[in-house]
Amino acid sequence: MAEFQPVLLARIGKPDSQLLETYRRDGGYEGFKKALGVAPVDVITLVKDSGLRGRGGAGFPTGLKWTFLPKDHPGPIYLAINADESEPATFNNRILMEEDPHQVLEGIAISCYAIKSKTAYIYLRYEYGRSYRALQKAVDECYAAGIFGKNIFGSGFELDVVLHRGAAAYICGEETGLIESLEGKRAWPRIKPPFPAIEGLFRKPTIVNNIETMACVKNILDKGGEWFKSLGIPPDPSNPRDAGSYGPKLYCISGHVNKPGCVELPMGITARQLIDEHGGGVWKGRTAKAVVPGGISMGFMSASELDTPLDFNGPGKVGCLGLGTAAITVIDDQTSMVDVLFNCARFFSHESCGQCTPCREGTAWMHKILARIRMGEGQLRDLDLLNEVAGSMGIIPGTTICGLSDGAAWPIKNAIKKFRPEFEEYITTGKKTVKPAEALMAAH
Amino acid sequence: MAVLSEELRKQIRDQFPKYPNKRAVVLPALHLVQDSLRHVSIEAVREIAELLELHPSEVHDTMSFYQFFKDEKHQLGKHRVWVCRSISCMLRGGEELLQHMCEKLHVHPGQTSADGKITMEFAECLGACEGAPCVLVDDEAHMNITPEKADELLKNL
Repeated sequence: MAEFQPVLLARIGKPDSQLLETYRRDGGYEGFKKALGVAPVDVITLVKDSGLRGRGGAGFPTGLKWTFLPKDHPGPIYLAINADESEPATFNNRILMEEDPHQVLEGIAISCYAIKSKTAYIYLRYEYGRSYRALQKAVDECYAAGIFGKNIFGSGFELDVVLHRGAAAYICGEETGLIESLEGKRAWPRIKPPFPAIEGLFRKPTIVNNIETMACVKNILDKGGEWFKSLGIPPDPSNPRDAGSYGPKLYCISGHVNKPGCVELPMGITARQLIDEHGGGVWKGRTAKAVVPGGISMGFMSASELDTPLDFNGPGKVGCLGLGTAAITVIDDQTSMVDVLFNCARFFSHESCGQCTPCREGTAWMHKILARIRMGEGQLRDLDLLNEVAGSMGIIPGTTICGLSDGAAWPIKNAIKKFRPEFEEYITTGKKTVKPAEALMAAH
Repeated sequence: MAVLSEELRKQIRDQFPKYPNKRAVVLPALHLVQDSLRHVSIEAVREIAELLELHPSEVHDTMSFYQFFKDEKHQLGKHRVWVCRSISCMLRGGEELLQHMCEKLHVHPGQTSADGKITMEFAECLGACEGAPCVLVDDEAHMNITPEKADELLKNL
């Protein structure tokens, strides 16, 4: 097979890639013009038929989501863009926003036209200052050039795009948490239904889409749905619920590799290929003990599972929660899984929004139990206790409003199942691996 | 005496046309106030509420959810420096870097250096994992930070 040429990342690293002038020279906003020339429903059909599934983590078919909006709604309808990219190890959206903001904005403009929305809000995590400035500059350029505003390209279509900065809370990446936060409230996820498409932002029909999804929409308009569908993996015939994993995908590689970074490849590459062919191999000549397939919420793949294709269906086959954000973190053979799992548990106990008791208490207890183990005071039965707590929290057991706690529980369940002998040895030999920096943070 | 200057009030009011109601301006207003005053006092909360036609408790309810915003007991330094402690940075020395920087400034995470210049904090994933360990200075990410580079960063603030 000929080497894959990046599409979403095609302009990254080129001089002045952020500027409207260079973007238009590369054919920018022609897709938006093309969209304005057809009926909105035709754009929805194009995106639906392309097989595009949301890139934010859940993999819901984008075009199908758009059809959930009420028919002939008088408006307003909102597009809320989830740019709160906070899943640990994930940074693909940041690269798109910082380096090629117009590609993202064009996708947003096309999507707004398709769903008949006149206002898009980009909810951007606060930490992405560079993305904020790049996007704001690009938005200003679009208004000045008549790409946003009233009567765009003489079509009669109007569009406003507003940047809204978050305040460093992971839960704002949950779509209804994001909506609550945008409305000026604490980011407590809403009970669904009603889903945002029926009643979302400001109680109006709302579509929440991810940044990379917007970049895909832009390229589907340019290159066609057939192109998109020619890449990736068709549905698994043995799984009637699999909608296929089509198109290019941005994979993030971080952790113990020689060359961390973000690469674009057709969906379905394996973790081993990512590590060896794109990540420069495991660092210091070591081997990988475990790999996180797509953000820590997805759990762990063990060394024997690295040939699993990273499509929407693959990681689930080896017991992971899913593909997630397709951001792999490589953990080398010298690293303790107890330390890694503690890090994950600490993250979720810090980021649980506190609304649902099983999550607020469960994440805190999992953190405390792992802290106890790492101080050399663990008991073997702690492992079963961790499993019990993890098994009783989340949407899957039906005890919480949102999926944060499923994501908090999954690495616990995966690690204890796949690395149990290591945990047992750690406990029985009375190991202690707490670092001085952790005591500092605990005092905070 | 009012704690929000006329300039700040204007900046907050300038946000109104972007949203269908004023409550949506709570986060932008808190950002503007904290950026300028380095904390959001109870009096500032009252004044924001008045501008947004909300009850002060509604503004405070939102503010207290986001640990990002600090009250008058936690005055921020001129700069906030965050060191990432999440998985990809942890695997490449993020926590040791946090310790190094705290020792350098003689502070614990969450505290401000004696000269009032720098508030040191830990952060959960900053989304710059290809450059782990990563340090965020205000809202600019600095990647692949060694202790030596950290010293340089702190010196230049």
